[in-house]
Amino acid sequence: MPVIESEVQLRALLAGLSGVDAVGAEARAAKLATRSLKKSTKLAALDLAIAMVDLTTLEGADTPGRVTSLCAKAMRPYPSDPSVPSVAAVCVYPDLVGHARHVLGSSSVKVASVATSFPSGRASLNVKLLDVREAVSAGADEIDMVIDRGAFLSGRLGHVFDEVVAVKEACGSAHLKVILETGELVTYDNVRRASWIAMLGGADFIKTSTGKVGVNATLPAALVMLEAVRDFAEVAGAVIGVKVAGGIRSSKDALRYLVLINETTGSAWLSPERFRFGASSLLNDLLMQRLKQRRGSYVRADEFSGD
Amino acid sequence: MSEELTNSRLGAMAYDPAPESAAIARLKPAYGLFINGQFSDPSSHENFETLNPANEEPLASVAQASVADVDRAVYAARRAYDTIWSKTTGAERSKYLFRVARLIQERARELAVVETLDNGKPIRESRDVDVPLAAAHFFYYAGWADKLDHAGFGPDPKPLGVAGQIIPWNFPLLMAAWKLAPALAAGNTCVLKPAETTPLSALLLAEILQQAELPDGVVNIITGDGAAGAALVDHPGVDKIAFTGSTEVGRLIQQRVASSHKHLTLELGGKGANIVFEDAPIDEMIEGIIDGIFFNQGHVCCAGSRLLVQESVADDVLRRLIRRVDQLRVGDPLDKNTDVGAINSAAQLARIKELTAYGEEEGATRYTSSCPLPDKGYWFAPTVFADVSQSHRIAREEIFGPVLSVLTFRTPEEAVAKANNTNYGLACGVWSEKGSRTLWVAERLRAGVVWANTYNRFDPASPFGGVRESGFGREGGRHGLEAYLNV
Repeated sequence: MPVIESEVQLRALLAGLSGVDAVGAEARAAKLATRSLKKSTKLAALDLAIAMVDLTTLEGADTPGRVTSLCAKAMRPYPSDPSVPSVAAVCVYPDLVGHARHVLGSSSVKVASVATSFPSGRASLNVKLLDVREAVSAGADEIDMVIDRGAFLSGRLGHVFDEVVAVKEACGSAHLKVILETGELVTYDNVRRASWIAMLGGADFIKTSTGKVGVNATLPAALVMLEAVRDFAEVAGAVIGVKVAGGIRSSKDALRYLVLINETTGSAWLSPERFRFGASSLLNDLLMQRLKQRRGSYVRADEFSGD
Repeated sequence: MSEELTNSRLGAMAYDPAPESAAIARLKPAYGLFINGQFSDPSSHENFETLNPANEEPLASVAQASVADVDRAVYAARRAYDTIWSKTTGAERSKYLFRVARLIQERARELAVVETLDNGKPIRESRDVDVPLAAAHFFYYAGWADKLDHAGFGPDPKPLGVAGQIIPWNFPLLMAAWKLAPALAAGNTCVLKPAETTPLSALLLAEILQQAELPDGVVNIITGDGAAGAALVDHPGVDKIAFTGSTEVGRLIQQRVASSHKHLTLELGGKGANIVFEDAPIDEMIEGIIDGIFFNQGHVCCAGSRLLVQESVADDVLRRLIRRVDQLRVGDPLDKNTDVGAINSAAQLARIKELTAYGEEEGATRYTSSCPLPDKGYWFAPTVFADVSQSHRIAREEIFGPVLSVLTFRTPEEAVAKANNTNYGLACGVWSEKGSRTLWVAERLRAGVVWANTYNRFDPASPFGGVRESGFGREGGRHGLEAYLNV
């Protein structure tokens, strides 16, 4: 693992990264999106996608009651069929972590919490760290932080890096997901550099988006991030996960991400340990397609709970 | 490195077969010659079978045109030229071309399946490249037909008359479109001869021309072997020969056409260099190299069959390239997930095997994809030769298969010198994030096409063609009209 001791060293490392040709990256993602998953491949992929969902509610109107029903759904997405796996985690704001922890109890479903003044990240470092510590002490297994995009875009890369390091420390044993907000970074070169800053700073996962801006997860951005974790693994020997979030609503979209993993990083990432979907309505479509594959016909949307 | 990483297997999620249905092709058991708007039997009553190269099974029986049939076709084209097409306005010609373009789109799925069955190319490519580009070519030249006055060749440029067009087996439908669309837009009538091993999509196109109610004789499509092609080249009633194919045959055609009134354009072989500088965008560059040589099984005249990589990054590029080559999915061309299909014919497979054997003999290091190959049909696993020298045959001769030769260079000057050290001059690629260097290199390359940070990109608006032994004349764009106008 390269140890970063100065901003000069960080800049040198980032400058050494290959550029991304936007046209080529988008063409590659579009080509992989034409892969056709059928039969047993599709069934296995749908189950894997379900197990990779971070079932998310991040609304001002969230209440303990809402989180309770979300947790129930997370543990048993489709009670009529016990072979449906649980999702990976529920993702909530910090103040609801304690409640989610209580409802989930000893279940395998993790509690993830956004923190660091999500989604804008516009607060002092002390406020951000307090946000993280409170979520962790309330029982969060995973923290989704946001990077300081303003600092990144104004060239204060050392500042971005230092914040990731500080948040990682505040996480203690909780896993850290670092949200790059690729829609605000705009260029793929920026996505690649931000991915490396996050990984060097100690991220366990790098995550595309908050889901709160105009452009959220896209296939090409995810491709660039997967290339980053693949290359980082070769250099540093550490396997960093990837989470895509925002706007992923259909099974078709989800399966395209799995194809991207399959042909970019391979089997080590085809697991909820290394890949997540931050989503809410996606889960019901996965359940719908799963049932359709088994029955041969679609069922009503009301077959699945609305949580 | 952790065990988890070294065990991370690409393609671990195996894809179940996802085949397109062969029945969509609706092939007939036998096809005649398309002359004067009708399908008719050849005068010799001789036929030959066209095979599916993926399983060696016959697809249909196709007519063998005799010298008399060629004469009949040229006569029909001449009569259509004199009586109808030369009197048809540009706007009216344009209407037919738009119709053809739309009908190609309507029947795209059928055309794609036919192309894949007859040629062996993956359905993904025939569906996403060949057929859409063929339609785009007709759309593009439909737009020119009534604007020839403004094409830069002076007022009211005249067509040549009857064009004899001979096309290869690597992009059967697309090459037919490249030939027919500009010729018809410019006001010529045509006799088109598809390749012996891939006649079916051109015959389906003949049905589309009927459907479009193109006047009889404006396009005639005759199938057959090289003898039929020779008869077309030699026919005194032909005003123009357009040929796409091997340099060897192109040379013969040029000799035969010499001292005649015939106009000639040739689009021949190539040994394209893909030049990779150390600052290239690495992931996209690897994809570009892959597309450059494994697209259409490497049966591409402008294929990037030579990789020139800067020595400072050669090891890393080669390692990534081989990892990627190993991931290519070779197999059933009708499967939507197939990346590399079948070699088009037994003869071509033998040629590829012969040349790659030289590669090993001459001391190059061979990497062959570990992909399993089907038992029946003509198959060749994607192959990369490293440590290739300029003097090796695999660096000089066109292999026309999924075989890449990797050479290294130290400076931009050396890259240009090596890229130009070939008898061909069709296409090159330059990979660098530094625009000034890309332009410096591009203007020194002796090639008809230079791609920057991409490869094998085609657009009907962009002229395509070679220099030196890769031929002369341009297809596509405004330039493509010149080949069919008396200017």
